[in-house]
Amino acid sequence: MTTSVSIKDLSLNFGNVKVLESLDLEVAQGEFIVLLGPSGCGKSTLLNCIAGLLDVSDGQIFISGKNVTWDEPKDRGIGMVFQSYALYPQMTVEKNLSFGLRVARMPKEEVEARVKRAAEILQIEPLLQRKPVELSGGQRQRVAIGRALVRDVDVFLFDEPLSNLDAKLRNDLRIEIKRLHQRLKNTMIYVTHDQIEAMTLADRIAIMKNGVIQQLADPHTIYNKPTNLFVAGFIGSPSMNFLKGDLNGGTINVSGTPIPLTNYAFEQQLNGAAVLGVRPEHVAIGDEARKMPFQVESEIEIVEPMGADTVAWTKLGGQQLTFRAAAEVHLEPGQKVLIGFDPARGSVFNAETGNRI
Amino acid sequence: MTTEAISSRLPTGAIDTSGPRGPRPKSVTIGRIGVYAFLILSALFFLLPLWVMVVTSLKTMPEIREGHLFNWPALLTFDPWLKAWDTACTGRDCNGLKPGFWNSVKITALSVPVSIVIAMINGYALSFWRYKGSELLFGILIFGAFVPYQVVIYPLIIGMRELGLFATLPGIVIVHTIFGMPILTLLYRNFFASLPIELFKAGRVDGAGFWGIFFRIMLPMSVPITIVAVILQTTGIWNDFLFGTVFAGRENMPMTVQLNNIVTTTTGIREYNVNMAATILTAAVPLVVYFISGKWFVRGIAAGAVKG
Amino acid sequence: MTQIAEPGERAAPGFAGTAAGRKPRTRRKFNIQSILGTTPMIATAIGVFVICIIFSIIWSFTSSKLFPNFNFVGLSQYERLWRTDRWIISVQNVFVYGVLSMIVGMVFGYLLAVFMDQRIRQEDLFRSIFLYPFAMSLVVTGLVWQWMFDPNLGIQSAVRQLGWTSFEFAPLVKQETALYGLVLGGLWNGVGVTMAIMLAGLRGVDAEIWKAAKVDGIPTWKTYLFIVLPMMKGAIATAFILSATGVVRVFDIVIAMTQGGPGVSTQMPAIYVIQHITDRANVGQGMAAATMMLVPVMVIISLQYLFQWNAKRKAART
Repeated sequence: MTTSVSIKDLSLNFGNVKVLESLDLEVAQGEFIVLLGPSGCGKSTLLNCIAGLLDVSDGQIFISGKNVTWDEPKDRGIGMVFQSYALYPQMTVEKNLSFGLRVARMPKEEVEARVKRAAEILQIEPLLQRKPVELSGGQRQRVAIGRALVRDVDVFLFDEPLSNLDAKLRNDLRIEIKRLHQRLKNTMIYVTHDQIEAMTLADRIAIMKNGVIQQLADPHTIYNKPTNLFVAGFIGSPSMNFLKGDLNGGTINVSGTPIPLTNYAFEQQLNGAAVLGVRPEHVAIGDEARKMPFQVESEIEIVEPMGADTVAWTKLGGQQLTFRAAAEVHLEPGQKVLIGFDPARGSVFNAETGNRI
Repeated sequence: MTTEAISSRLPTGAIDTSGPRGPRPKSVTIGRIGVYAFLILSALFFLLPLWVMVVTSLKTMPEIREGHLFNWPALLTFDPWLKAWDTACTGRDCNGLKPGFWNSVKITALSVPVSIVIAMINGYALSFWRYKGSELLFGILIFGAFVPYQVVIYPLIIGMRELGLFATLPGIVIVHTIFGMPILTLLYRNFFASLPIELFKAGRVDGAGFWGIFFRIMLPMSVPITIVAVILQTTGIWNDFLFGTVFAGRENMPMTVQLNNIVTTTTGIREYNVNMAATILTAAVPLVVYFISGKWFVRGIAAGAVKG
Repeated sequence: MTQIAEPGERAAPGFAGTAAGRKPRTRRKFNIQSILGTTPMIATAIGVFVICIIFSIIWSFTSSKLFPNFNFVGLSQYERLWRTDRWIISVQNVFVYGVLSMIVGMVFGYLLAVFMDQRIRQEDLFRSIFLYPFAMSLVVTGLVWQWMFDPNLGIQSAVRQLGWTSFEFAPLVKQETALYGLVLGGLWNGVGVTMAIMLAGLRGVDAEIWKAAKVDGIPTWKTYLFIVLPMMKGAIATAFILSATGVVRVFDIVIAMTQGGPGVSTQMPAIYVIQHITDRANVGQGMAAATMMLVPVMVIISLQYLFQWNAKRKAART
């Protein structure tokens, strides 16, 4: 596997503000990488640096093995899709797609062939003579993707491309982008704050906070083995339960309730303040709970029926615990139920550093 | 850089890290120099008349007659300023610009609040209390913003004369109120229309009526837009020439009219230094408003784009 | 009618747009307080902008001299008007003045805005310098430039004193060039505003458009010309309306700078009207000229409505 995009020791400062700090990232050829994080985490900034739209303060950027740190965006072999679509409003779709190529003085037949191919892939042929104002949001974003497509480049950059669309369109276009990636097998770097988009699209997700990549891994690992409290809390909805307690000899004492962490794959030894993270969907109730290594009786406080399932709020050792139950299970506030989970499936963090242990 | 640099595509782990690193080297390009050259030359074009005005007003007449328009005065004198203010002649009167200044102060001080209060009520009524025909009236008013003044000026003179207002202070105040109304009303209407309607509804629920909502809710909220309106009107009315000539009459002749008379109708020798001092004095008030108000001024002209 | 754009906003809705586009707030057939409160507006709209214009038009068909009368003489005032060289020259002058100052003003204003947009140092200082003349009266503008153009003591003599003895720059003394002197003075006063409006328009363009153009490899000047400029219709319309209304009304600056001279070379319709209703005591003739001044305004307004109607039709089709 060859490296498509390689970022080495990248830093970016705006005045005294450090936006990115000695960041390294290797993206393999044909890989779909999602940069995920809350707003202000530097994910879009990183993408703009890769595109050459922002000048870096230090470090290097390689695309297809070529050092492009000082290159103009157009010479980097990238195509980019923006949140606001950024279509040229007075030009028809066809002109939008071909303008860059014509400015680069590409032969007319070649331009036509590329526009035709892009329009075909994205199924926008009937729209070619329309202007952007006459298109719906979804159609506009297709054209914007087309503009990246005609450039015939190795690397596609997406900057929150679906954020301006409503929920339904967002789902449709998400599938389409996935299909596009499977068909073209280009390298794609995709910025979003939407974890569903990240989980569904990515080969690997890079979760960012304060200009630093917290964890770079495939969605499964990110979900099941979050590297620190931030990642654990950011991914998953409803978010992971954090039970604070004292870790001593493989047992965590959560406000008087000891939970033995049998079979948990510790990465390092620790005795002291720790946090046990349990996903709401890993908590079982009733008969299922009986099969779990850890069981406890608890009282339901709030019930939120979601349709597909039900989220219930309860307490464990005085600390908030939510869990997901099947929709058929009837729950009521005040009801006492037996809940249970397998601590081995959970995550244990050092309470001081927030890192996984 | 050694032999590795020859190959541009390298497998993982073998990337040549000796190439460009960090920020793009900044070089002073020709384009950059061109940008500044263009801006500085343009700035000179805009500043030159101001410079000439100032230096001319500080020179003695003999020095002016030597030419050298742009030079700083060899012999600095403030007499032209005193003369322009106090004793310069228009026809037989030799009282300088000061009566004109005070006339302009009177006209501006009265016209600005009157025109703004009326426009504020108009904008409020047009946003929240429309009645049958109110939109048509507004349409006519906006049409009035584009009508050349000459089309309405004569019938207005006749009308004012019939009412005994021609060539009086109230007369000129009314004229400024009339011609300021289209743009100010538009300004306030757009402002009130941008407020949440819930504000108005809450007032209604609390039992307030037309004036109650106006004074207790809308008036306190319209401070920012009123600053814009005050700037717009103060400079506009101070700088007016046409209405001053036609409607103010001799008694209330504003500064601009008097300035023009001093400069263009002096008998005998033309005293350029006095003329320029008078010009600066006339421009001083709006210039001060401009420099104090800064960005508000820009907002004002953009909002008042149709005023011209 | 026009686009009134707050700086920084994208194309703001036009007058008609705001009126039609917003849902009605409260609408009552009669609200006494509201009608009372807007009495001055009613009086102005009806009394001034309807009745006065009607009277102007009526008197243009009469033989009114010093005082208005109602002796109707048909179109003879108009016939006389269009036989008068002074008027025809006035119309030509305002046309030349308008086209020149609008084209040069728009181009220069846009250029200034583009150069101001290059992340320059001291932007506020440059903006203040370009804009301050607009704060001053057109009378002041006219008088300053009259002095600058003085053939014996102005720019011309100053440059000659530097050694370039054949230098000629005194446009106001020659009939052929006086109008251009006027244009220059007018531009000095008004270009800053065009710049400010255009700059606000530039800044209102989506930053991602710029990024897209960079990724597409479109050179900066092409982006400004082919992508950004067409996106600034609102700002351009605002600047256009602003200068157009100024042109039709052009009066103060001419009076201060040239008084219409030399000869009739800088006569303007506005001056023609004022002179006929004052010194020349020929109200009928003045009103005929005034009525003619209304024509271009009406044309622009109808064009605007036509465009709006066309746009609506287009929007309805898709």
